[in-house]
Amino acid sequence: MRKGLISTTLGLSMLTAVALPAAAEGTLKIAYIDPLSGGGASIGQLGLNQLKFIAEDVNAKGGVNGEKVEIVPYDNKLNPQVTLVQVQKAIDEGVRIIVQGNGSSVAAAVEDFVTKYNDRNPGKEVIYLNYAAIDPVLTNAKCSYWHFAWDASSDIKVEAVTNFLKGKKNIKKVYLIDQDYSFGHAVADAAVRMLKEKRPDIEIVGNEFHPLVKVTDFSPYVAKIKASGADTVITGNWGQDFALLIKAAADAGLKVDWYTFYAGGAGGPTAIKQANDADHVFQITEGFSNLGYKPAQDVVHAYADHYKSEPVYYPRVFTMAAMLFKAVEDTKSDNPVKIAHDLEGMKFKDFSAGEEGFMRKDDHQFYEPLYISSFGPLGSTEPFDEEHTGWGWRLAAQIPVKDTIVPTTCKMKRP
Amino acid sequence: MLEIVFISTLNGVLYGVLLFLMASGLTVIFSMMGVLNFAHASFYMLGAFFGFEISQHIGFWPGLVIAPLLVGGIGMVVERYGLRVVHRHGHVAELLFTFGLTFVIQEVVEMVWGKLPVDYRVPPSLNFPAFTVFATNYPAFKMFELLISIAIFVVLLAVVKRTRVGLIVQAALGHPGMVGMLGHNVDRIFMAVFGVGAALAAVAGVIAGPALVTQSNMAGLLGPILFVIVVVGGLGSLGGAVVASLLIGLVQTFAVAFNVSLADLFKGSAIAGNLEGFFGDIWQVTVSQVAPILPYLLLVLILIFRPRGLMGTRDT
Amino acid sequence: MSDAANRPAIDLPSGRSKGFVAAYGIWIAAIIALLVLPHIFSSGLALTTMSLMGMMIIFALSYNMLLGQTGLLSFGHAVFFGLGGFLTAHMMNAAEDGGGSLPLVVFPLVGGVTGLVSGIVLGAISTRRAGTAFAMISLGIGELVSSSALILRHFFGGEEGVSTNRTNLTHVFGISFGPQIQVYYLIAAWCFVSAVAMYALTRTPFGRICNAVRDNPERARFIGYDTYSVRFIAFSLAGLFAGVAGGLAAINFEIMNSAQMGATQSGSVILMAFIGGIGGFAGPIIGAILVTYLQVMLSDITEAWQLYFGLLFIGMVMFAPSGIAGLLARQLPLWQGRQLHKVIPFYVLALLPGLVAVVGLSMVVEMTYQLTVHAPDGPAMTFFHVPFDADTVIPWIIAIVLLITGTWLFLRAARMVGHSYGEAVLAARARRAAS
Repeated sequence: MRKGLISTTLGLSMLTAVALPAAAEGTLKIAYIDPLSGGGASIGQLGLNQLKFIAEDVNAKGGVNGEKVEIVPYDNKLNPQVTLVQVQKAIDEGVRIIVQGNGSSVAAAVEDFVTKYNDRNPGKEVIYLNYAAIDPVLTNAKCSYWHFAWDASSDIKVEAVTNFLKGKKNIKKVYLIDQDYSFGHAVADAAVRMLKEKRPDIEIVGNEFHPLVKVTDFSPYVAKIKASGADTVITGNWGQDFALLIKAAADAGLKVDWYTFYAGGAGGPTAIKQANDADHVFQITEGFSNLGYKPAQDVVHAYADHYKSEPVYYPRVFTMAAMLFKAVEDTKSDNPVKIAHDLEGMKFKDFSAGEEGFMRKDDHQFYEPLYISSFGPLGSTEPFDEEHTGWGWRLAAQIPVKDTIVPTTCKMKRP
Repeated sequence: MLEIVFISTLNGVLYGVLLFLMASGLTVIFSMMGVLNFAHASFYMLGAFFGFEISQHIGFWPGLVIAPLLVGGIGMVVERYGLRVVHRHGHVAELLFTFGLTFVIQEVVEMVWGKLPVDYRVPPSLNFPAFTVFATNYPAFKMFELLISIAIFVVLLAVVKRTRVGLIVQAALGHPGMVGMLGHNVDRIFMAVFGVGAALAAVAGVIAGPALVTQSNMAGLLGPILFVIVVVGGLGSLGGAVVASLLIGLVQTFAVAFNVSLADLFKGSAIAGNLEGFFGDIWQVTVSQVAPILPYLLLVLILIFRPRGLMGTRDT
Repeated sequence: MSDAANRPAIDLPSGRSKGFVAAYGIWIAAIIALLVLPHIFSSGLALTTMSLMGMMIIFALSYNMLLGQTGLLSFGHAVFFGLGGFLTAHMMNAAEDGGGSLPLVVFPLVGGVTGLVSGIVLGAISTRRAGTAFAMISLGIGELVSSSALILRHFFGGEEGVSTNRTNLTHVFGISFGPQIQVYYLIAAWCFVSAVAMYALTRTPFGRICNAVRDNPERARFIGYDTYSVRFIAFSLAGLFAGVAGGLAAINFEIMNSAQMGATQSGSVILMAFIGGIGGFAGPIIGAILVTYLQVMLSDITEAWQLYFGLLFIGMVMFAPSGIAGLLARQLPLWQGRQLHKVIPFYVLALLPGLVAVVGLSMVVEMTYQLTVHAPDGPAMTFFHVPFDADTVIPWIIAIVLLITGTWLFLRAARMVGHSYGEAVLAARARRAAS
């Protein structure tokens, strides 16, 4: 943190501090632009800690291509326009690699900005590495050569989940409940489409939308789910909207299986434990700590020691950083143009399980095996619990890469 | 049908009393001091976190008493050294003062308890289903909420309407000079009222904390719904606040039960196609989709057509 | 309305009999400043920040037409900013597709018209009431519109919002508006024009009636004005200028999304207007510049920026409800009476312990932060380039001593300042009476 600069008289000195010195020679600077204050900070801080941990680790081993890695954090307050100012700030400070993840609205703004900036400023290109925004628009209609996505888009995740549900014969009735905004609709639309295709016998008994983080009492929604006779619920809800939903369901005695995208998010595990709903909440991710892959577990242990038993919430950040470093070493350069060229189509063994994934050239979406895990009491070979609940994520199924591939409409404009 | 109506009514009433529980302190401060306390949700959050902290050490029940006392004390300090100074600059300045306070309280909570939700649980003695209707459980904790809410309403009403203290407090807002002449310390009355309001917010926090999510942004997430209740109910009316809470609880709950959109209403009619083009997305939006934002619509309508609120005695 | 608003406004000097330069000097100075600034601060960030300040000045000034001029406290002003921006972005896209021949320069007008129309529609509903009722209606409408924005995904573009490209419109004189500096000049020009227009409005009889409605609605009604109409017109015009600001935002960021019309944006314009000072025309300008700067820069320096922000705001409400502009305005009579030099030493005397107190306070805050939020990073930290451990006793003692003595000395000095200010005002008055 650049806390050494604390100066309270700053307010009076207006714009004098703006012109900051350019990047020092011999450092690979990476800007991390995510919420570090306010409501979104809980997750923004997790990503930052992981990146800092990675940088410390690689620097201790001599850096990348002989250069030290420096992570420069910028607080975007989860606001797209503040983000653009921060991106500008990062560029001024000589950073040409931008990492951002939280919020598709922010991601779309950054993707747009980076594309236009690179068009208008040839020779000064910047590259945007996205580790968490999963709106399919980012790799379809809005896709950009300068954007690389490591988290599977919601289409991919729904594809994987429905491929998993395909084999579950005891599922008869599915209820969909989502937040009423782009991501929720993307999840619901994909689920309706793919279920119809893969399991026409499954009845979709509800397709509910509710405003984003405006609901305090979910009991009427739970009553509806109950009345519909559903045995399975698919939801893209996150944060408070997930926690309150699962608690209201437990209160009312609703017994269903939950297929989720963000149940593992900050506060989710606590809520599931409070609801005492073991082994009924499933989550789809690109990995989790209890997969039993030794190299990953060693890192997670080291990370937990350093960050007071904080979980590794974004395994893909490790994959992303490793791929970036590989591209820098391959090209012997930290020029974004060369890095982007090298990343396209790169094959790489992922962090969570050492399985091979690839960065698809058509839309710059990273594909790797996905995992469905359930939340409940842990077995003896599963050392990692979440949020001190004593429960953790346990493997339910692996979805191989071939079952996650979705087509793209991206028409990539290459420089 | 009977099942839907019955369950929705029950859920609506239970949600309504939770809303009243949260809004009661705001009503007290608003009706007796004329101050619209933006920091009310922040006091509510403080109550939840204090309750959590105390429950970690000596249990939930002591927390229900101690946390409101602590927050009430903080409220009195805020009134004495903050609000009173601002008072002479008028109501807008008071409102903006409490607006600034929300930032400070949120940051302090983040510093002490972090940004992640804390594991604040329902006490084991209340963690069981009280009864079951139509195969739906109703937890005992919700019945406890209901009881506390009714108790607060009855006590407040009795104090305001039936006791001397209530009379003096009511008089102090309209005629502070006269009340002062009669030998009452008006400043101290206001300080006490603000303290009571903050303490009531904390009671709501201690009770709603385990039921909802106790997190450093819970004040912000609650949003302006409580103002809606106070204003819709009518300035200065406790009864109005109760009616408004129940009304909003029921409206919201019943709205969720209906999947009707404009498209459904005009289905089959000749003009449907044209209207759809004109209205765009609104055409497809169902009532249940917008249920949680209906209270704001209600607020706007009420203020236009009945500015004094449902049961208010004077214009806001 | 608060007394703060009743204080004599610090009008920009407008002595009608003093000749051209004296009358319009401040505006000429403003033009020169707007032209020269990007050459002094030429980094990309500085240009972006100044562009942002430009549109925020318009936004804050338009807000002050409500709060400062007419006494309407609105919690939903960002609605007009957002709607203006969205429509501008849509129109830019439409113009691009249709191959129309409109240059980019005129597009903020689209935002303005949108703001005006939505101001008329929403104003007809909300301005029937004043005071707290109006504030609550604006809160409700703001919440309604910003919640609907996410639901109505075709117009508002869902979570990603609506993006556009400012360089694809007709180029006039070969200006593409690709480089930020060209956008800066566009914003500066619109900012200047809007500011002049809003200032002129305050000088018209209508502006005066607004003040009357703010100060004493009964009396305004008694002399034959319909207070509802006055509020309504003021509200619509404020919508117009907020829409212009929103249109400029669409051009500057080339993307609009629903966050721009939410409660945060509405809240920050209140902060701008109030911290700058709602009693005069210059206040919101100062506030917009200062608050924008703090919003952009403060979060780099400390993660607890919201705390400092809240404290600053509370401090302003408590001790300087007339804002920064109000504080400056109070020096005007001393300046004219040539007594300013007598009080300045006292200001310095108060400022020093004040700074000491602030340093102590921020030390306490930062150390607490290090021990709680940054606990995994260990207790080692630096403050003003001084490294130390936050879990040792000595820094805490130092911080608390600084805070307490600073505050105590500041309060004492503040009393002396008040005293000397009073004397200086009397002296200035005497001097003026003698001359």
